[in-house]
Amino acid sequence: MRDAVGSVRSVLLLGGRSEIGLAVVERLVREGAREVVLAARGGTELPGVLDAPGLQVHSLEFDASLPETHADTVARAVELVGDLDVVVDAFGVLGDQAAYEADPVAAARDSAVNYTGHVSVDLAAAARLREQGHGTLVVLSSIAGVRTRRFNFVYGSAKAGLDGFAQGLGDALHGSGARVLVVRPGYVPTQMSRHVDPAPFPATPAQVAAAVARGLRTGAHTVWAPPVLRPLFTVLRTLPRPLWRRLSR
Amino acid sequence: MTVLLSGWGRTAPSAARVVRPRDAAQVAQVLAGAGPRGALPRGLGRSYGDAAQDAGGTVLDCTGLTGPVRFDAARGEVTAAAGVPLGRLADALLPHGHVLPVVPGTGYVTLGGAIAADVHGKNHHADSSLGAHVRSLALVTPDGAVRLVGPGGAGRPEDGPDGVTDDDPELFWATVGGMGLTGVVTGATLATLPVETAFARVDTDRTADLDATLDLLSRESGHRYSVAWIDLPGGGRSVVSRADHAHVGDLSLAARRAPLRGGAAGPAATVPFTAPAGLFNRWTVGAFNRAYYHRAPRRRRGQIQPLAAFFHPLDGLRAWNRAYGPAGAVQYQCVVPPGEEDTLRAVAAELARVPTFLGVLKRMGESTPGPLSFPRPGWTLAVDVPADLPGLRELLDRLDRRVLEAGGRLYLAKDARARPGTIRAMYPGLPDWRRTCARADPDGVMVSDLARRLGLRARPEKE
Repeated sequence: MRDAVGSVRSVLLLGGRSEIGLAVVERLVREGAREVVLAARGGTELPGVLDAPGLQVHSLEFDASLPETHADTVARAVELVGDLDVVVDAFGVLGDQAAYEADPVAAARDSAVNYTGHVSVDLAAAARLREQGHGTLVVLSSIAGVRTRRFNFVYGSAKAGLDGFAQGLGDALHGSGARVLVVRPGYVPTQMSRHVDPAPFPATPAQVAAAVARGLRTGAHTVWAPPVLRPLFTVLRTLPRPLWRRLSR
Repeated sequence: MTVLLSGWGRTAPSAARVVRPRDAAQVAQVLAGAGPRGALPRGLGRSYGDAAQDAGGTVLDCTGLTGPVRFDAARGEVTAAAGVPLGRLADALLPHGHVLPVVPGTGYVTLGGAIAADVHGKNHHADSSLGAHVRSLALVTPDGAVRLVGPGGAGRPEDGPDGVTDDDPELFWATVGGMGLTGVVTGATLATLPVETAFARVDTDRTADLDATLDLLSRESGHRYSVAWIDLPGGGRSVVSRADHAHVGDLSLAARRAPLRGGAAGPAATVPFTAPAGLFNRWTVGAFNRAYYHRAPRRRRGQIQPLAAFFHPLDGLRAWNRAYGPAGAVQYQCVVPPGEEDTLRAVAAELARVPTFLGVLKRMGESTPGPLSFPRPGWTLAVDVPADLPGLRELLDRLDRRVLEAGGRLYLAKDARARPGTIRAMYPGLPDWRRTCARADPDGVMVSDLARRLGLRARPEKE
């Protein structure tokens, strides 16, 4: 159960090796979570950052590209820890835009992971949360999906789809006791993004985790990391196309 | 019908199927048909946290369990259905010249809910909690049986009006303070208190700080009722009310003609909408507290007040929890043993640094044998804090440790955020209570969000 100050008991991380995802889990453990399931392709090692007295960390096989297995993934997580208080959907791939343009098949394959993979597993998770009458699905979107840009539109368009999907899912769950928290980080320097040039207003994984914790505490439906991106994008979203196109980043 | 339910603090809502049984037979039917996520009785939803929620399960809205209030003048006992609000029960008793033995801060709690929380009132130091005055209660357990159980010992009921008495004091005391987790209380018989009038005779004092408040409340003044409304951010200065039931001779000549009339609650206004976010802050609370303190007389003796107004000053305003805003509030209520005034001072000092209003300090007397019953001899302090206050989790965890070290405990009817291990340590009777629960409900049908969060019924949860 989520308590009145935003602490939870159990967390399922989809994308068990995601740096941002692990930072979120680490934060939730610090605030009281004691049952963690890390779901990733090929399983995961117990990350050193997760340590607390009485903490139980389980590993679960999860392949985003196999939607037919996703309901089973969620069911097995429930078998391991019971009610899922928080599900953190943090998996994704970030390829190189130029390479995508040269290899449309790879672009489509990664887009399937970044969009339809979330559709199937999030719907399965949402069904479980609805059944248990409580719980929060945290969806890692990105500012790349708020308005797609020339330099990363393959990745950005999948995130745009995911963002819209997550908002709709949140509305569908309204009144069910379950909620969706959409997280929109800016540029986050991690292993996944090291081939991308840094952008203004970066956020560390810990800052993203803090934003998620804030969202859980206040019951927000959307959080931005850093928070300044929200007013910034209110303006950027209205820029005329010729101007937007010229923005290198 | 699936409904989103929350406690009075409006935090952490969850969804449940809500049904409204009208009698014990329908209760048994609902319990028999409960799904894998169990069932739970709910009254008027005045517990602050998640005690009356069962996410994904079946919640029995017990306000439909009503019926005639039967007063036995010879024994001075009243029998009523569990869904009757205590305020209405009190109104029904007054014409007979009797009042409830224990009255909590609001009349909008059902009889069943009051027993499940083993509520206390301003007279706890003199009369203990409600459970001490329950002669018997009718409990529907998940097997469908309607059991009439009593407290055992000298207070053991003779065969009740319904014929069967189940001699099971263990189950009785697991139910008193048991937060609805032993089954569904459908009715109860209580001892009552004879009075001459429908009025209280109230002495009011203003104190300058916490020490003066403690000193005044410690004095053996002989008052049946005493309570301090405390301004924690203002250093613990308080408005102390101490009272007794008024005698006929205390009333005005006009009122003496019908001394049992005029004690009922007046019409209530309703807070029309949820206050905007952030309204519940240091400044608004400070202004409210200052105004409340200075409005009270420095010293007044023998003021005659209708009982409802004295017992339930906030009941004139319905849905006042909307004033907390969208984030809701947490009420922190702890009790510390006598001699632990330093702990109380430390807790008060920490809470003085955050916006709190409606702080209440009270001296507590004898406890009941209920393993999960909250009241213990000593001091109880209760304050409301905005739930979205940054750092609240850490602050309250810190206070929990101090309270636990002092041998104190938290009130489950108010809790919305304690850790399982803390509650386990504060309630050493929990293993006994679990065994009794397992006997009455071997399949674990009765469950609540509170029980899930704190691992009350389950095997000990990992900390």
